[in-house]
Amino acid sequence: MDNEILKVKNLKTYFFTRHGIVKAVDGVDFDLRHGECLCLVGESGCGKTVTALSILRLFDSPPGKIVDGQISYDGLNLTTCSSEQLRQIRGKDIAIVFQEAQSALNPVLTIGDQIIEQIKLHLPVDYARARDRAKTLLGEMGIPSAESVMSYYPHQLSGGMKQRVLIAMGLSCDPQILIADEPTTAVDVTIKAQILDIFLELKTSRQMSIIFITHDLAVVAEIGDRAVVMYGGKDVETAPVSEIIGNPKHPYTSGLIECLPDISKSTGKLASIPGTTPNPIKIPPGCAFHPRCPKAMEICSQQEPPETTISKEHKVNCHLYT
Amino acid sequence: MPFIHMNHTSNHKLLQIRNLKKYYPVTAGLFSRHIGDIKAVDGVTFDINEKEIIGLVGESGCGKSTLGKTIPRLEEPTSGEILYKGTDVNKLDKKGLRELRKEIQIIFQDPDASLDPRMAVGDSICEPLIIHNIGDEKKRMERVTELMEQVGMEAEQANLYPHEFSGGQKQRIGIGRALAMNPKLIIADEPVSALDVSIQAQILNLMMDIQERFGLAYLLVAHDLSVIKHMAHRVAIMYLGKIVELANKKELFENPLHPYTEALLSAIPSFKPKDKDRILLRGDVPSPLNPPPGCHFHPRCHRVLPICSQEEPELTEISEGHFVACHLYR
Repeated sequence: MDNEILKVKNLKTYFFTRHGIVKAVDGVDFDLRHGECLCLVGESGCGKTVTALSILRLFDSPPGKIVDGQISYDGLNLTTCSSEQLRQIRGKDIAIVFQEAQSALNPVLTIGDQIIEQIKLHLPVDYARARDRAKTLLGEMGIPSAESVMSYYPHQLSGGMKQRVLIAMGLSCDPQILIADEPTTAVDVTIKAQILDIFLELKTSRQMSIIFITHDLAVVAEIGDRAVVMYGGKDVETAPVSEIIGNPKHPYTSGLIECLPDISKSTGKLASIPGTTPNPIKIPPGCAFHPRCPKAMEICSQQEPPETTISKEHKVNCHLYT
Repeated sequence: MPFIHMNHTSNHKLLQIRNLKKYYPVTAGLFSRHIGDIKAVDGVTFDINEKEIIGLVGESGCGKSTLGKTIPRLEEPTSGEILYKGTDVNKLDKKGLRELRKEIQIIFQDPDASLDPRMAVGDSICEPLIIHNIGDEKKRMERVTELMEQVGMEAEQANLYPHEFSGGQKQRIGIGRALAMNPKLIIADEPVSALDVSIQAQILNLMMDIQERFGLAYLLVAHDLSVIKHMAHRVAIMYLGKIVELANKKELFENPLHPYTEALLSAIPSFKPKDKDRILLRGDVPSPLNPPPGCHFHPRCHRVLPICSQEEPELTEISEGHFVACHLYR
């Protein structure tokens, strides 16, 4: 298939700290296709956010460093290109929407100025045009009275509103790819539904290619086309969302699905995954999931499972299928 | 206000809350002129029966946490009655309050903030025993060991400090500490919302086990309806300081009456494709400092009537045990 817009191959991002090497991302492979919403799913510390940050090299270095792998976008390898090249791409070709809207916005600049700044940096337009564009975008995000919101400071807006401003800002230069890092986690249920609706709309009306990071499988079911399940810095299962939900292969994926209290059914006891997520400094050897896995075999603690193809679109890293 | 009677497994009322209000005054200017009130809890009436799990649901700022804190008087109520086993909590003196707090315990949302980082977790669990002067040192140590085991931890771990535990383990310790006094009622304020999904299930299961084993009542405050559906016997939905709907779980999930409840239920992402279109609410939760007149929900409501902006609907019993505050059902 040749409509891949972004390819991530064997990405390894390590953080060299006083306490040891944190292998936050330790060999992640996936590709993003034109106009799809790809979900990166996993629990805290699984490396999903660092994967996203690595694409735009947005982590502190040192201590962070991409030690291996390739990220190809538009004939360019983003892991090795110059920071000047990367600066052209950030915000213009690939934009990112962060989880905590509060800390992603500058508290001493008005909403309008923050969006206009980005537009003027990347596009050859004058102030008036940039301002118009910013206003239109805010309107499209469902912000009522966009004109007055332009002159507001971030603290004057609610969490849901700030999240919309961030999405508007992400879209301001018509990026090819939008990376959204848990945009629905810090907001209330009714607002969450509104934000999800915006993303669905982006997908259908703009054919935006989206990388959507979340820990919530129900959200994945709502908006994702394909999903990459991550655990301990690695991708463990990649498949279309319907397959991930309906026919999960990796024991971690099925565990995650079973332990959700699903609203549509009522059961006595919840299935749970024993133990806790691994400390990224001491990832267990072999398959990182083996100490918690109900189906663990002897080989699991010794050897890292290779990628196995279940079907053309469904890949899993687990010894059960080798 | 109608008198609310419940018909769950037991009819022994543990806690009765009548028209409870908690206002925070807002002042301005040089002389701290009183310019208004934040009506965090604004006239709430409901009961908790013995051994019952009540789920309290609402979005941020609706007053659900304040309500939880007002019950053991961690926040002084502005007005209204709280009767615990028939005794008015508001009239208790210091000594009586101390006795009350043996029976009502709280589990907080953030296990990091609720454990003292400089205290071994065993000491944290032991502290309520010391405060209430229960047992000698040896007895207390035995009790700590017992509690650690009850919440699925190992006794030796009592000597470790909070930073040595994961979030889920810290929440277990928080639960252990709440159990130390053999309470009758535990107020659990978003006990799992700070935890990873795979850990959430462990903690919810633990809470269910403990509830059955010790015959506890829970006031479970949460914004996640799927958690509530899993745990609760009865569910109260709160919006801007008021309860807008109260019913037993089955009834509420199958036959939601209030438009806000409908919207909340339809907003939950689910694995199953929805047969109905999602009800998308307009706008945000308004500020509790300046709530809309009439029904607080009317500016966001998809079934709004002309009367809604003028008159405040009262909580009325529509069918047995099903209460709703909405003009649609008059």
